[in-house]
Amino acid sequence: MESISIEGTPKTPTVNFDATTGIIEVKGRSIPENSIEFYRPLVEWLEEYSKEPQKLTTVNIQLEYFNTSSSKCILDVFKKLEAIKKARNEVVINWYYEEDDEDMLEAGEDYESIIRIPFKMIEVVD
Amino acid sequence: MSFNIEERYNKMNKGEVLLGYKGSITAELITNVLGVVESKLDHVIDKSVTKKKIYNILVESLQNLYHHVDDLPDEVNESMDIHFGIFVISKIEDSYDIRTGNFIRTDKISKLKERLDKIKSLSKEELKELYKFVLNNQKFSDKGGGGLGLIDIARRTDGRVEYEFDDYDENYAFFSLNITI
Repeated sequence: MESISIEGTPKTPTVNFDATTGIIEVKGRSIPENSIEFYRPLVEWLEEYSKEPQKLTTVNIQLEYFNTSSSKCILDVFKKLEAIKKARNEVVINWYYEEDDEDMLEAGEDYESIIRIPFKMIEVVD
Repeated sequence: MSFNIEERYNKMNKGEVLLGYKGSITAELITNVLGVVESKLDHVIDKSVTKKKIYNILVESLQNLYHHVDDLPDEVNESMDIHFGIFVISKIEDSYDIRTGNFIRTDKISKLKERLDKIKSLSKEELKELYKFVLNNQKFSDKGGGGLGLIDIARRTDGRVEYEFDDYDENYAFFSLNITI
């Protein structure tokens, strides 16, 4: 399976999805006017990956900003991961947030309460 | 006296204005404005968390504006640009205000007003629950947010959102939103 490697822009995040290592990363900012277009290939990739996932999938989400247009798409990503976990594979989600950024921590908690995979909240100190 | 756009814009330009704009609201404009404001905020605010909060709300409010501007029909529009909207970002004492304004069809007012009043009446915890509910249950339009934008803004500002509708003609009104951070 091909990896996904997308470089970040001022409005879209850096994305690295690697099927051979099982490491899935989204970093930077996600504030496009229309997010669906950006996230569709990522969700499709996860759909494909879920057929033959690694025993352990590690997810690193380190977002500086995301808009509400992205929030639904990010939930779609998590729902795919939830399905992988339900099929008895290990999925670890690391949610990074900047020191004192309560809003971003809370955003992670919101997702965690919706998708039923425990998140590891990691505070990033400068 | 009928509604006057210049007067409204001048009224919105209070405090120490970081940036004010009236004209076409396009995706390119928003990208440029976000870039300019971000570097300005870097100069005037030290605290990264405050800067992020303002920037986040700015993204949401400008994208809301971009998605919801109603165009006046040509026969009543004498001089306005298409997708006309206005916004002002200013500092008043210790807080920042983000104000936006756009035309809206009169038949949409009651629904928007009802939503805003509901959002404004909710506690922090209730806003969180509403946000999660909409996020998880509502189908999003291709415009994106599915109504999450206003809820998100209210959450981040503890409900410090004021609004006004001014009659323009029998079919259109001018909607002004004032967010305080």
